[in-house]
Amino acid sequence: MDKIGIVSYGANIPRWRIKTEDIASVWGKDGKTISKGLGINEKSVPSMDQDTATISVEATRAALKRCSINPQDIGAIYIGSESHPYAVKPTGTIVGEAIGATPDLMVADYEFACKAGTAAIQSCCALVKAGMIKYGLAVGADTSQAAPGDALEYSASAGGAAFIIGSENVVANINHTYSCTSDTPDFWRRAQRKYPAHGGRFTGAPAYFKHITHCSTNLMNIAKTKPEEYDYAIFHQPNGKFPVSIARKLGFTHDQIKQGLIVPYIGNTYSGASLVGLASVLDVAKPGDRIFLTSYGSGAGSDGFDLSVTEKMNDLSRENAPSVFQMVEDKEYIDYGTYAKVTDLLYWE
Amino acid sequence: MGCEGVARFWREIPQRYNFIGNKCGSCKRIFFPPRESCPYCRRKSMGNMKEIKLNGKGEIVTYTIIHVSSEDFEDQVPYPIAIVKLDEGPQITAQIVDCNIDDVKIGMKVESTFRKIRQDGSTGAIYYGYKFKKVNKQ
Ligand SMILES: [Zn+2]
Repeated sequence: MDKIGIVSYGANIPRWRIKTEDIASVWGKDGKTISKGLGINEKSVPSMDQDTATISVEATRAALKRCSINPQDIGAIYIGSESHPYAVKPTGTIVGEAIGATPDLMVADYEFACKAGTAAIQSCCALVKAGMIKYGLAVGADTSQAAPGDALEYSASAGGAAFIIGSENVVANINHTYSCTSDTPDFWRRAQRKYPAHGGRFTGAPAYFKHITHCSTNLMNIAKTKPEEYDYAIFHQPNGKFPVSIARKLGFTHDQIKQGLIVPYIGNTYSGASLVGLASVLDVAKPGDRIFLTSYGSGAGSDGFDLSVTEKMNDLSRENAPSVFQMVEDKEYIDYGTYAKVTDLLYWE
Repeated sequence: MGCEGVARFWREIPQRYNFIGNKCGSCKRIFFPPRESCPYCRRKSMGNMKEIKLNGKGEIVTYTIIHVSSEDFEDQVPYPIAIVKLDEGPQITAQIVDCNIDDVKIGMKVESTFRKIRQDGSTGAIYYGYKFKKVNKQ
């Protein structure tokens, strides 16, 4: 049987940015200290007409521009997000229609904090492997919100990435995938609440670090690999510090993670975070490159992937859509007033 | 907009999401939005109008900046609205996004982008469709 993996990919990042220092000054905090402490210089902000559906559609259209598959051959769409525009009416229905994949396909929305998108990739892999579909579309996208003045306000941002999974013309084989899950209340949002709540310091050691370490270590045991065998590594990036720290603990170098470390420039795109990082790596990866990725979703769990870039990467028309770093550079700054208006902060819960 | 509005928007999804227009089989003119029949060929075009997917690219013919809008778009002012001549010929009115107002120019090449157009308050349906942005050279 053919190897299963990524056939094409695309990302989308809204153009607006707000600087960490501009948010800090509103709350009387020292912006430079916060920016340095979080490792975030600025974050992306969606305009009033952008949401998880529009970001998912644009990211998927970018993926379709890069390859020549017929959207009618997409047999499943799973959209991972914690900011689906509707509580009831799947984002995948809008995406499916907008990319011309309807009506003969499976669709469902996924939700697992910041790892719903990687969970979607795993489901697509399994369906392809079972022979139930030819191609599957997995998307991780968010327009995440944080309460005004909350620590998360400096990081919660918008963006996403889309991956077409299949077994023909695979540009990156998924050699192995592994997941771990536990009941860890580090971050949550209750039903019908606008803003999430978090367990403060509880988000670090017992949550992010424990799960990513467990998942990454087991994945390397299964794949029989060591950190130095990878050309690139991507870890979930809720801020600029955690991924750098976990990479060092696991034995990866800064050179291995820097291409996929996007959070300093656009903030935490939640379900999009590790996947925008993967898209950035695929922007530059060459045949033979090996990629390691571990996502993290609060609640909590991690999904790990061991990927190998194939010769088919040379046939992918990567230039047909903007690279992640081109989108990072294509930006327009807004002030806190505009930010408050577009993100509905003026309508307090 | 009540259920009537939802139904109308739903019927227009092919054109709003995917630029599905149509072409007169007799004179080959292309229409967007699609028409029941060709106004030039009239009866000759009946049953001879073929669906065609336009590429969503075009050029700004003229534009204006909206400073006072209807209630639905109040939070977006000021914003540019342009008449865009699509590559296939038809002209449509649409919002231009992702650029500074000062950068909008007649003759500017634009391409479609998928955006939220409107929503029926905080409890109603959300309507998506096309807007246009400047073509970025890569
Ligand atoms: Zn005609």
